Amino acid sequence: MESKSTEIKGKERYKAGVLKYAQMGYWNGEYEPKPTDIIALFRITPQDGVDPIEAAAAVAGESSTATWTVVWTDRLTACDSYRAKAYRVDPVPGQPGQYFVYVAYDYILFEEGSIANLTASIIGNVFSFKPLKAARLEDMYFPPAYVKTFKGPPTGVVVERERLDKFGRPLLGATTKPKLGLSGKNYGRVVYEGLKGGLDFMKDDENINSQPFMHWRDRFLYCMEAVNKATAETGEIKGHYLNVTAGTMEEMYRRAELAKQLGSVIVMIDLVIGYTAIQSMSEWCRQNDMILHLHRAGHGTYTRQKNHGVSFRVIAKWMRLAGVDHIHAGTAVGKLEGDPKTVQGYYNVCRESFTRMDLERGVFFDQDWCDIRKVMPVASGGIHAGQMHQLLDLFHDDVVLQFGGGTIGHPMGIQAGATANRVALEAMVLARNEGRDIANEGPEILRAAAKWCKPLEAALDTWGNITFNYASTDTSDFVPTPAVAAE
Amino acid sequence: MRITQGCFSFLPDLDDEQIRAQVEYCLRNDWAIGIEYTDDPHPRNTYWNMWGNPMFDLKDAAGVMMELDACRKANPDDYIKLIAFDSTRGFETVRTAFLVQRPKVEPRFSMTRTDVRGRSMTYTLSTVQP
Repeated sequence: MESKSTEIKGKERYKAGVLKYAQMGYWNGEYEPKPTDIIALFRITPQDGVDPIEAAAAVAGESSTATWTVVWTDRLTACDSYRAKAYRVDPVPGQPGQYFVYVAYDYILFEEGSIANLTASIIGNVFSFKPLKAARLEDMYFPPAYVKTFKGPPTGVVVERERLDKFGRPLLGATTKPKLGLSGKNYGRVVYEGLKGGLDFMKDDENINSQPFMHWRDRFLYCMEAVNKATAETGEIKGHYLNVTAGTMEEMYRRAELAKQLGSVIVMIDLVIGYTAIQSMSEWCRQNDMILHLHRAGHGTYTRQKNHGVSFRVIAKWMRLAGVDHIHAGTAVGKLEGDPKTVQGYYNVCRESFTRMDLERGVFFDQDWCDIRKVMPVASGGIHAGQMHQLLDLFHDDVVLQFGGGTIGHPMGIQAGATANRVALEAMVLARNEGRDIANEGPEILRAAAKWCKPLEAALDTWGNITFNYASTDTSDFVPTPAVAAE
Repeated sequence: MRITQGCFSFLPDLDDEQIRAQVEYCLRNDWAIGIEYTDDPHPRNTYWNMWGNPMFDLKDAAGVMMELDACRKANPDDYIKLIAFDSTRGFETVRTAFLVQRPKVEPRFSMTRTDVRGRSMTYTLSTVQP
């Protein structure tokens, strides 16, 4: 939208009373973002009758210095540099009443290395602002000067692989099921069987902490017995994500410390512990050679609906800066929300050294990650061995594929379930490297391996036809996206 | 016991034609292939013996297959693996690795449990040669 600045300057600007946000200097259609500016892209739905440009200025104002009325104390500051500036408003294609609003923020507005401080501005008040029916933070750009104030992932994809001595294929995991109710001893049994059968990792679920049926120390002790025993019996490094989520930082450190003493290679936290707690755990992991796994528990409350909330690609960017090594980023073909292209966009944000603008995948900005390490995305939730070709084709090697039900629910037992997944994976990687077209030949590659691998045959017979074909709610606005996963 | 390190340990051992196809995949990606061998496949034994340096600037898989043959002749009862190194900034690491020879009888690993601090435990893994 073309509109020049309507900013009022000088004495008139600071007369007591109420001005429009655009008049206060929060809109400037001619503004060229500086190379050090942080940029946020919002999708807004203004209330009926509210001018989109004034709404955009209000977003810029409310997420930076503005209050509802003029204050003379602005004049004590270099206030123009503290005002965020909305500089571009585009109608959202095919969505009447919605607008993409670009807002630039001077980097003086943000404390170094603090996601809490960043988010307190960007998503602090503005989402409750009355003149907007709805607002969504779609994407953000961070200049190198700001990126470099974060340490990023403590381990990262490269070092994780070197530590585990696992290269050239996705890693395999499974979440212990049932997620609640098992005693420590029974729980460790599931972990041992899965790892012995061929998985690289087993995992606590997001809500396994320290409940009456299994206190955390019991879980840690039995799980590490299982991990070490499976390592000895396979000659391969194994791990279990020990969830250290707890009610206080002190308790989380206590749990992480026992995980370290027992020789675990990895600990786990939930997104619901909060950004500051995540950054603290990241720092702890850095000091203790630990991989940090993040479960994105709770994100669906604000990432899923397109008109309001925060896109998961933004959460993924924040978490790469905050410093996690694993993040659940969707499966596209499994039971949980996720359009394939949009999910690939999240993966790119996690794994690339430089993420290019890619509207089809929902990525609005070029982003230089300034050599901070790469986050390993995790695909978890309703996936099975029969989808191996789709998963490898969509996500390539640097991903953890987690088959919970698809391992533990195997008709021949947990070890067989794990073996089925590992054989399916290795057969598919081998075929891809040989130059075969796995997207199309996948099912026959799996069937060929199933001829000599009974567990894989049973897995394909049990789940081969299971798909979760529902329309995604969070899709790109720039291409028609298929409503169903490919068969 | 059959150790399951490397990218393809759950598949039947690769024949030379399959190995060559994987080598060609690595060369297509501009990765340099190294050959390493050992008699101790302990999972924390990071540094196996190098059969020469990684083969930079190689274009033809035949070169790797020749070196692999020579390594097999010299170390007929060791583990041998191929490792592909990627020098791209941001990776600068191994991109794939897989076993191409196993000893006739593989070692196993013993696990020693030591009780410490109440119910806590430390675990020590040792290679047990056959």
